Amino acid sequence: MQLSSSSWYCNGVKNSTESLMARFIELGATQGTGRVILCSGDWTAANARQLEHDIASLPLSPAERSQSSIDISALRRLDTAGAWVLTQLQRDGAGQATDFIGASPKHAALLSRINTYEPKALPPRHSLNPLLVPFSALGRIIVGIAQDIVAVNATLGHILVALAQTLTLRSPLRLASFVHQFEQIILRAIPIVALISLVVGAIITQQTILQLRNFGAAILIVDLAAILMFREIGVLLAAIMVAGRSGSAITAEIGSMRIREEFDALRVIGVDPYQALLLPRIAALIVGLPLLAFVGSMAGLLGAIIVGQAYGGIPMDTFVLRLRDAMSFTSVAVGLLKAPFMGFLIGLLASVEGMKVQGSSESLGRRTTTSVVKSIFVVIVADGVFAIFFAAIRF
Amino acid sequence: MMDQGAPSIMTVVDLKVGFGNTTVIDGLNFELREGEILGLIGPSGSGKSVSLRAIVGLLPTRGGDVSFAGQNYSGLSSSEQIVVRRDWGMLFQQGALFSSLNVVENIEFPMREHLDLSPRLRRELARMKLDLVGLPPEAAYSYPSQLLGGMIKRAALARALALDPKILFLDEPTAGLDPIGAGKFDELIVTLSDTLGLSVLMVTHDLDSLQTACDHIVALSGGKLLKAGTLSDMRAATDPWLREYFHGPRAHNPEG
Ligand SMILES: Nc1ncnc2c1ncn2[C@@H]1O[C@H](COP(=O)(O)OP(=O)(O)OP(=O)(O)O)[C@@H](O)[C@H]1O
Ligand SMILES: [Mg+2]
Repeated sequence: MQLSSSSWYCNGVKNSTESLMARFIELGATQGTGRVILCSGDWTAANARQLEHDIASLPLSPAERSQSSIDISALRRLDTAGAWVLTQLQRDGAGQATDFIGASPKHAALLSRINTYEPKALPPRHSLNPLLVPFSALGRIIVGIAQDIVAVNATLGHILVALAQTLTLRSPLRLASFVHQFEQIILRAIPIVALISLVVGAIITQQTILQLRNFGAAILIVDLAAILMFREIGVLLAAIMVAGRSGSAITAEIGSMRIREEFDALRVIGVDPYQALLLPRIAALIVGLPLLAFVGSMAGLLGAIIVGQAYGGIPMDTFVLRLRDAMSFTSVAVGLLKAPFMGFLIGLLASVEGMKVQGSSESLGRRTTTSVVKSIFVVIVADGVFAIFFAAIRF
Repeated sequence: MMDQGAPSIMTVVDLKVGFGNTTVIDGLNFELREGEILGLIGPSGSGKSVSLRAIVGLLPTRGGDVSFAGQNYSGLSSSEQIVVRRDWGMLFQQGALFSSLNVVENIEFPMREHLDLSPRLRRELARMKLDLVGLPPEAAYSYPSQLLGGMIKRAALARALALDPKILFLDEPTAGLDPIGAGKFDELIVTLSDTLGLSVLMVTHDLDSLQTACDHIVALSGGKLLKAGTLSDMRAATDPWLREYFHGPRAHNPEG
């Protein structure tokens, strides 16, 4: 379909119909001062590329084009794409609109509608100097962190007020809601937390036994398990599991309630949404996470016992006997002390992210992901801080 | 405006749709003629949305035929079905714009999938469709979440028109619009139907739409066809629900 314009002029005998390589356009006779452009066939979106090509290879100078007229009596089908291309052809000539000849009423109606559309230059899109992009991104991160700190404190304040109101019995105790959340967040998580802790406990013990055996000190695995499971593994795994499982659920619930204006409805009815919706969830997390941590620790210990028997040849009763000495109240206390804080952090971050959901549901997914990532991160950092703290006070 | 003897472009024969043990649509018959705007009315829960979704193949049917231009849709192979489907545009009740794309990208999306167009022409066509549905050019780069209700409907309509459909399916197009916006939307549908030769099937609760836009009305009740006819046929009907609908306090009748 390549057509050089020179070949055009060689063949070009005026006042006769030239047959073009083009499929939809023919040059017709000279009429008055200009040529007639004959359009035929289906001017539809499906043929748009060919149409564009045909028009581009039309051998007329802009001046000639502005003199020409367009005959569309042989046009079969015309859709908006075809009509658009046609009006472009019509307007091409030096801004002077030529006329359509032989338009059927239907085509004329469509063409005159399309003709009313004046393509306006769009306002330029705001674009940043590429050199500034890293700085802009850094600035956004810093502002984001500052806004996060404000948001966390605002939500924290609301929750503390709600807590005070509840404790002073100025707001109703939402026991049913608390029990429901406790079941959803804590009780239903017990199997998975127990299972994961058991497996992780077993893996850690196995790796350690293989090393300790070299020194003939395999029995020390009992001390290690007692301290590690209760101080760290149980609570950390429980917190990470809950952050992934319930942190996301809380954010999604709060977020969709905000989208459907349930929050505002509660406020108008005169109920504090923080007190009615967030407090039961956070309370369930604070009360329940120690329980989950304890279950996790016990499961981890069980894993250690099983692996100790299998790899270290430590019989169960020896293990338990040694455990009596190795186990201290402090180890258990450390784990159980950390858990409520972590539960609170998970609940707080999940609520903050949920409250950030606005308008459309697309932000819901993003917020839910952020909630999980942030709470897992914060839980691990908090665990590190606790480790330093307890080491410093020799607890 | 349609000429009276226009050929039918879509026929629904004895359509049956159900969920589990319940049958929601139990033998629905009607036809859509070329260039006409057909209104589908009925009480809440009578199965209007369900029949619309079944007709466009979003819900499995339990019986009956839907044919387009004489071809039985369910009898076609899946590649033939895609060809038929390209002649449809559907406007969903909430717009269903793709939230990750801005308005022009939304309109360009069907063209990108189905048509071989140069990027420049595609962009120009998308902007022309934007103009066709009466959206300002500044709306082109907005994301759906930044648009207001009426604009979402218009942008979604522009996307439905992207492939120059022959049939337009509308589910409650004016619901949630203010009366002025709803009136403008009705006008828009009529203009588009006139200039582009569209046939329109619209589910609606809006009496004004029925009056200004629809050439014919099909009334559904209890999963069956209650009555089909023009607005004056409906007004003259003796069925208690239709009497209530067209002569109730919300209906402003010409005869007072
Ligand atoms: N996915 C589904 N599963 C089971 N039943 C459904 C389903 N979708 C719809 N229904 C039932 O089909 C019936 C018809 O619903 P449909 O949404 O079509 O009503 P409608 O006429 O559009 O009402 P409205 O005017 O309120 O939009 C209702 O009783 C509804 O409960
Ligand atoms: Mg419906």
